[in-house]
Amino acid sequence: MTALVLLDHEDGRIKQAALSAVTAATQFGDVHVLVTGERSVAETAAKISGVTKVLHAADALYAHEMAEPLAALLVSLAGSYDQILASASAVGKNVLPRAAALLDVQPVPDVVRIVDADTFVRPIYAGNALATVKSSDSKKILTVRSSAFDAAPAEGGSAAIEEVAAVENPNVSEFVAVHLSASERPELDSARVVVSGGRGLLSEEKFRILEPLADTLGAAIGASRAAVDSGFVSNEYQVGQTGKIVAPELYIAFGISGAIQHLAGMKDSRVIVAVNKDPEAPIFQVADYGIVGDLFEIVPELTEKLK
Amino acid sequence: MKIVVPIKRVVDYNIKPRVKPDGSGVETTGVKMSMNPFDEIAVEEAVRLKEKGVATEVVVVSVGVQQAQDTLRTAMAMGADRAVLVLSEESPEPLAVAKVLKVIVAKEDPGLVILGKQAIDDDMNATGQMLAGLLGWGQGTFAGNVEVADGKVKVSREIDGGTEDVSLVLPAIVTADLRLNEPRYASLPNIMKAKKKPLETLNVADLGVDTTRRLTIVSVAEPAERKAGIKVETVSELVEKLRNEAKVI
Ligand SMILES: Cc1cc2nc3c(=O)[nH]c(=O)nc-3n(C[C@H](O)[C@H](O)[C@H](O)COP(=O)(O)OP(=O)(O)OC[C@H]3O[C@@H](n4cnc5c(N)ncnc54)[C@H](O)[C@@H]3O)c2cc1C
Ligand SMILES: Nc1ncnc2c1ncn2[C@@H]1O[C@H](COP(=O)(O)O)[C@@H](O)[C@H]1O
Repeated sequence: MTALVLLDHEDGRIKQAALSAVTAATQFGDVHVLVTGERSVAETAAKISGVTKVLHAADALYAHEMAEPLAALLVSLAGSYDQILASASAVGKNVLPRAAALLDVQPVPDVVRIVDADTFVRPIYAGNALATVKSSDSKKILTVRSSAFDAAPAEGGSAAIEEVAAVENPNVSEFVAVHLSASERPELDSARVVVSGGRGLLSEEKFRILEPLADTLGAAIGASRAAVDSGFVSNEYQVGQTGKIVAPELYIAFGISGAIQHLAGMKDSRVIVAVNKDPEAPIFQVADYGIVGDLFEIVPELTEKLK
Repeated sequence: MKIVVPIKRVVDYNIKPRVKPDGSGVETTGVKMSMNPFDEIAVEEAVRLKEKGVATEVVVVSVGVQQAQDTLRTAMAMGADRAVLVLSEESPEPLAVAKVLKVIVAKEDPGLVILGKQAIDDDMNATGQMLAGLLGWGQGTFAGNVEVADGKVKVSREIDGGTEDVSLVLPAIVTADLRLNEPRYASLPNIMKAKKKPLETLNVADLGVDTTRRLTIVSVAEPAERKAGIKVETVSELVEKLRNEAKVI
């Protein structure tokens, strides 16, 4: 059996989460990957351990990984593959279901475990239940939770690169612009440590109190929906059912109450620390270590003691 | 231009879901059900487009059990003009829902279909993309902003690293993310008015769509429960624990 993984990239870098999809794919058999963009991205992909062939779609049509042309390309390649996978990222979730519909397949999103070639485990109801589902489709189309599979080593492979030609553009969509927030910090969904803030941070300016702490720990910064909706940080920081799913070694939640939709995005972290002034906050029910107190006193003190 | 908004009746987001003792699924009997929160946002966006004069009619559609009528009435109380209920088993899959919606779209001929980005029960995040694929239309998923002008819709999409703007030829599919708008509450007079708005009921069997499930549920289980840990009194104690007990720093 051969699986095809759509490797998504951003600014020419292959996303860490895509490497987890490669790991998942190796459980089926041989792994080929599809990448778009510059040749250099394909060359990086060729080195990923476990990858035996890289399909490189260099045409500018695919540069921005737009769903309409990319799904059409996937459909044209699908005949040779038993499984098509991608990480459960914004790109994977946008493109794969479209391709699946065109192939008359019901996709299986957010897979956290591959039981056998037909059977998969996926969280439902914001992670409050785990469903084991069996797919009767002859071709499987899956998106994979990066928090559940280790990233494939970026080095060690030497796959051949094959150029693939563009297929007809459905011509119904156009890329206009992308606005990426520049950050020197690690990617939220693959960081070893995440420092997160909620409504308790009070304002955009005050939220920045978390930055020196994140710098000290080499951590990514996350946020609750309330913090994002209040404009303290932008949408890509949101952790939760409808934001990013993270499972770092250490997750520190400041001023976050612990609504189930937030817990859905972080409760698989190895160690959880919660700082909240309300001793009854539900976040304490999942925290390994809690401190009841004012975050505006605790954050600077913690930063100082960790230096 | 007409706008179609597909809406799903789901377990209310404030309810903590319970897995049935026999592991066949999540308990829904006797549980408060509501409109999927993302679909409220989709309805709100459609109603606003009508209020701005961009749309002329808003039609809400639900595929599901008879009780989904209540959800459709709620949408009409928010300002939708008309509703279609497609009666079917409890929870059809996105592929089946997309096929049913394709038939409805063929009948209604809308300029825009606005869905929620994901239903918070099955967390599939697939139906809009699949409908777009089946129709061959453009898709503006995870929309944080929508502007209709000159036969196109410009959508600002929430992506992993920030936002992305795309422009789609109409007719097109949009799926609503949380920050697209804040849905209104239906006023009492509007709730009363909604009772008189037209609601058409169809049977999924009559639409010529094969809704056989492709995914069968083997079992549904509670995830491993995380135990509450300890509370520490001081920051020094926390640092000591993180270093020597948890060994994470
Ligand atoms: C469909 C849907 C999807 C959702 N998806 C998500 C999601 O993906 N992610 C998400 O996070 N939420 C999500 N939510 C929202 C979720 O239900 C909660 O509303 C949200 O998580 C609350 O954020 P919060 O904990 O920051 O705010 P609050 O619940 O207001 O909590 C703030 C906390 O800060 C504490 N606090 C205040 N000041 C201080 C201080 N000085 N020091 C210490 N503690 C302090 C308070 O005691 C309180 O516990 C979703 C909701 C819906 C309906
Ligand atoms: N049974 C249904 N009836 C009507 N609309 C639905 C149904 N299921 C899903 N949808 C729509 O598709 C969106 C995404 O759902 P899903 O792909 O299941 O996560 C929802 O927010 C609804 O707008």
